[in-house]
Amino acid sequence: MTADADAVPVIAAHGITKRFPGVLANEAVDFQLKQGEIHCLLGENGAGKSTLVNILFGLYQPDEGELYLRGERVRFTSSSDAIAHGIGMVHQHFQLIPVLTVAENIVLGAEPRSGLRLDLRSARIRVEELSRQYGLEIDPGEQVENLSVGEQQRVELIKALYRDAEILILDEPTAVLTPGEVDEFFDVVRSLVAQGKSIVFITHKLREVIAVADRITVMRDGRVVGSADPASATPQSLATLMVGRDVILQIDKQPAHPGAVRLTVSGLEVLDDRGSTTVSNFDLEVRGGEIFGIAGVEGNGQRELVEALTGMRPPVGGHVEIDGVDSTMATPRAISEHGVGHVPEDRNKHGLIGAFTVADNLVLNSYYRKPFARGFVRRQRAVEEQATSLVERYDIRTPGILIPAEHLSGGNQQKVIIARELSRELRVLVVAQPTRGLDVGSIEFIHRRIVEIRDQGVAVLLVSAELDEVLSLSDRIGVLYRGQLVGQYDGAQASRDEIGLLMACGTTEPQAATG
Amino acid sequence: MTTVTLTTRRSAPRFGRLQTIGLLYGIFGGLLVAYVAPNLESADKSFAFEPPKPGSVPASLTFDPRTVVFATGVFFVLAGVVSLLGPRYERWSRAALLVSTILLAPLFVVLALALSESGGTNVVQLLVESLRLGTPYALGAMAGLWCERSGVVNIGIEGMMLASAGVGFTFYAVLGDASGGGWLWFSIGAAIITGGLVGLLHAVVSVSFRVNQIISGVVINLLALGFTSFLRSQVIVPRGISTGESTSAISLWPLTEIPVIGEQVFEAKPIFFAMFVVVTLTSLVLFFTPWGLRVRSCGENPHAVETLGINVIKIRYQAVILGGLIAGLGGAWFSMESTGGFQENMTGGAGFIALAALIFGRWRPWPAFAGAMLFGFSRALGTRLQILNVEVGDFSIPSEFWQSLPYVVTIVVVAGAIGRAIPPAADGLPYERSK
Amino acid sequence: MTLPATDEHNGGHKFVRRYFDLQPVLVPICAIGLAFAIGSVVILAVGENPIEAYTELLKGMFGSKDRIAASLGRSTPYIGAALSVAFAFRAGLFNIGVEGQLLIGATVAAWVGTWSMIGDSPGIVIIPIVLLAGVAGGGLYGAIPGVLKARTGAHEVIVTIMLNSIAVFYVRWLVGSQDPVILRDMNASRPQTAPLPDAARLPELVSGGQPLHFGFFLMLGLCVLVWFVLQRTTTGFEVRMIGANAPAARYAGVRVNRVIVLVMVSAGALAGIAGASEVSGTTGFLLPGVFLAVGFDSIAIALLARANSFAIVPAAILWGSMLAGAPLMQQETGLSIDLVRIIQALVLLFVAADVIVRTIFRIRKREIELGPMAEAPVSAALGGTP
Repeated sequence: MTADADAVPVIAAHGITKRFPGVLANEAVDFQLKQGEIHCLLGENGAGKSTLVNILFGLYQPDEGELYLRGERVRFTSSSDAIAHGIGMVHQHFQLIPVLTVAENIVLGAEPRSGLRLDLRSARIRVEELSRQYGLEIDPGEQVENLSVGEQQRVELIKALYRDAEILILDEPTAVLTPGEVDEFFDVVRSLVAQGKSIVFITHKLREVIAVADRITVMRDGRVVGSADPASATPQSLATLMVGRDVILQIDKQPAHPGAVRLTVSGLEVLDDRGSTTVSNFDLEVRGGEIFGIAGVEGNGQRELVEALTGMRPPVGGHVEIDGVDSTMATPRAISEHGVGHVPEDRNKHGLIGAFTVADNLVLNSYYRKPFARGFVRRQRAVEEQATSLVERYDIRTPGILIPAEHLSGGNQQKVIIARELSRELRVLVVAQPTRGLDVGSIEFIHRRIVEIRDQGVAVLLVSAELDEVLSLSDRIGVLYRGQLVGQYDGAQASRDEIGLLMACGTTEPQAATG
Repeated sequence: MTTVTLTTRRSAPRFGRLQTIGLLYGIFGGLLVAYVAPNLESADKSFAFEPPKPGSVPASLTFDPRTVVFATGVFFVLAGVVSLLGPRYERWSRAALLVSTILLAPLFVVLALALSESGGTNVVQLLVESLRLGTPYALGAMAGLWCERSGVVNIGIEGMMLASAGVGFTFYAVLGDASGGGWLWFSIGAAIITGGLVGLLHAVVSVSFRVNQIISGVVINLLALGFTSFLRSQVIVPRGISTGESTSAISLWPLTEIPVIGEQVFEAKPIFFAMFVVVTLTSLVLFFTPWGLRVRSCGENPHAVETLGINVIKIRYQAVILGGLIAGLGGAWFSMESTGGFQENMTGGAGFIALAALIFGRWRPWPAFAGAMLFGFSRALGTRLQILNVEVGDFSIPSEFWQSLPYVVTIVVVAGAIGRAIPPAADGLPYERSK
Repeated sequence: MTLPATDEHNGGHKFVRRYFDLQPVLVPICAIGLAFAIGSVVILAVGENPIEAYTELLKGMFGSKDRIAASLGRSTPYIGAALSVAFAFRAGLFNIGVEGQLLIGATVAAWVGTWSMIGDSPGIVIIPIVLLAGVAGGGLYGAIPGVLKARTGAHEVIVTIMLNSIAVFYVRWLVGSQDPVILRDMNASRPQTAPLPDAARLPELVSGGQPLHFGFFLMLGLCVLVWFVLQRTTTGFEVRMIGANAPAARYAGVRVNRVIVLVMVSAGALAGIAGASEVSGTTGFLLPGVFLAVGFDSIAIALLARANSFAIVPAAILWGSMLAGAPLMQQETGLSIDLVRIIQALVLLFVAADVIVRTIFRIRKREIELGPMAEAPVSAALGGTP
């Protein structure tokens, strides 16, 4: 709100068009950033926001269109051009080198030298200066891999500021923060603006946009579809702009009719790859016919918990029982055969084999069973019949069942995994981050299917970092904080603020909340 | 409630690697004490520290093998016991097992002496010989280090060295009749440049064309073998030049004046000394210069590096070519320092041992150098033991056993002691620039 | 709508379609042409005539019935060895140790074949025993890197390369040792094993002393077997899963470590039986050194054929024939047979870096073609056509 409405915009993009093989990522996009403003770019996954800012940062070159910096035409051939012009970017996935220290990461590419030597001492001093100036506390000598996510983000910010960035592009910066950390982050952003910076802020989180933006530009399918005034916008109006049609933000679901307890976890203790305890004293009961949602910021043990429940990572303590059968130390296959479905959080790495056909992926954990195989020999026709039927039932958009799965869109890939798991006889279903990176249509579809399977009497355990998703789907909610289950709530009674507090610091007493 | 139990996996072993190694040492020590030592002849053997000189007795250390073997065996048993005592003593047991491993080397020599006819052996010479034989391994390891630290896997070190050895000697034979002098130095330069060119090829194929880096390495090995064999039969042999002058030793005065070891250690051939320079420089540049920092970063997270405006491709090219140049020097060692001549497939797997040394050293210069010296030691030991003509009972251990020793050691090192060493994170992954 | 090139399933009509789909074959053919072109530059550089050289080479390869037989016979072990490499590739493993496995398989076969216990048995009994001995020897030798990889994560490239050298040394000793005599045939002038009884010899396919023997058909049979296992069985499916995406395979319940060991044992067994069939079919005894370089060459052949069981046959025949025909070229033109090796390495280079060939000959890449061999990370297999 400190911008002068008639001043030359700090950055202006005209008619930006960018094509990738098979997709038009940006089409005739116009964008302007005024001095001292926080300009939010809003849109679904795949709307073209990241492409646009990568062009602003010089990582991509536009096929058509021009860029202007304070009224002067500029052309960036690489990010070093953009950096030289005072543009800095903090990517959604941090671009840090874990084995190097904070100082080394920050100065890489602009290293201070003394003769031929790398002068790490002056690097350290400068980092400490910047850290004080902008209120971004960090230890320059610490190795990045030992930092928390919030701290890593501060390193990224200092990295940009070290290079005298006046314009900061922040790509989905709050995706990895707790609700409390998000507020802190907004304070940092406002302070940066107060010191003269201009900010482009990409997000798909409607609430945040309204909280912090000075201006909002909405993109969809590669085009700018409109702008909004944060003073008058509502989550509903923004969502409609983003998607192009009326969106149901809250899923319509019947109340649950929970039956007997099907999944019992008691005293579970799990180690991470380095041998430190990541999950401890974990107790949980999930009944058939209910969805238990576990909220929590990523990195609090979700991955290890899910891996322990599905047999991928043997726990070092505690018990897991499924329909009365002890499955604590069982192999993944045994657990799967016992009727546990698993939708993994990383669909490309664990859920699918991209090079294999859609048909093969649909039988990825039952290829050895009747009717898909007789003894050692596979039966191709049975596989294809199953695939055809599943593709139809789950509305999987694919040119054919013999296409490699990697050619499908993210939403359809996830549908393949959902189809595979949900079409089996299940007792328990474990779903982790089911709708990450998906468009609204796919999200709706998958949510509906999860509720359907719940209504068939399956016990569903949902693990998600998207609090909205957890709140909307779950019948009961728990929060995972530092590997322990803190707080359990009935879905209807859950208070967003309380849960947010639990996610941030593990207790509802807000003393010494050091998030 | 059903009583079915699902198929379980084996539970995580509480008896870890440390305990297994400790147990093995303990058993071995027990065998030494109970069985081996009592069966050795009690005689006087000695470790000499200098070659025999006319008129004076060389400095030496005399001992009775029975006592030494017995004492070592006891130490091994103790080390094994400590390792089984539990986590509180873990640091002690690690130290004890490390010392035990280091003791294996002299133990081996002592045993060999005990089982042979000769009275002693010059250990300083043995060590110097290890260093000398380790030269190609160390140079190869440094070559591999630069490549892999920048993110490019290189199993073509063998081909790089072979090509340099062959091409270098071809120049030497054709231009200088392999008879020393200026042409020798010129040819060494030619060998180094050949290595750089092969590195360039590897970079073009695997970095620019993004061919699988292992395949690129295999291609280089095949090409080098075919090409150098061709050169040898078409160019070198027809000239009737099979051997020639190799480099002559240089004397590092005043260090050669050090009593006992001075002459043995500090009078050696140039590429041997160059090796130490290369390792030192590698260490300094990699860790203390901006370029070194960038190389390391390219090997860990090239995309992060690109967002900072650095040209990853350029840095990888530079690193791989530098590696090639170093490998070229290693190749020159074969055909122009170790001997003067070029045989078909002269490098004989040295490039792969160098790779093993690199992994042994966890991609760091001095530890990799230590690994190279370890392999050099096993070769030197092998030759030495062959000379000693070790016999166990009536059975004379064949030369092939000693020749295969370095290779066995490599496997043990790669599999047993190291196992899952962690390479640079982006090692082996082709990098595509964002467009 | 065009079917993708990597259609994995063999319905009858699809097979025919792929047979006529020349595009994947075009690149290797052009690569071969380009390699020969560069070879002629080398020939010119040493002062010879390329046309003459190549003519002699071709005559040596296919010039007469005897020569064709010799070429095919020479190619036989390469087929089996390349299958070994290719099978391991499918699981993402680089079996560089095929040479050692070949040698050990041959040695064990040569040894077992001379056992007096079976010496009088008829061919139909003794030949399978000898071949199985090869399988056992190669399989055990392949188990070593397999188990080490599964248990300790030791990279199979280094381990197998070391095992190659170790095998060479020990076989040399076993066969050459005179005091004590272990495997050496004391009646022979060179260090070689005792000859197998006649019944243990695979029959010749062509009379006249050319080395083409029944092993050739045996290798072809193995190609079919490997194809069948990979494409039609559950185990083969698991192997391909691991090669394409090992973490996903683990998530799907595959016992990855167990399969890795199985793959390396099988790869070793394939190499072993190739070695055994060579001993039985060509000379009847093992002369160490005769297998030198078969190992590395078969890696190249497997890469050339993109790990496709059937493409290995023409690739191996090309390779073996070139080696068989080279001596004639040397005899007539004085060019060293190593020239052929250079050309072979170049062929491999151009097939691997097919971008070069594509650019020069303007072969456009098809939309949905998976060429993961060109761009795969180190640990992923060569995907694509079976």
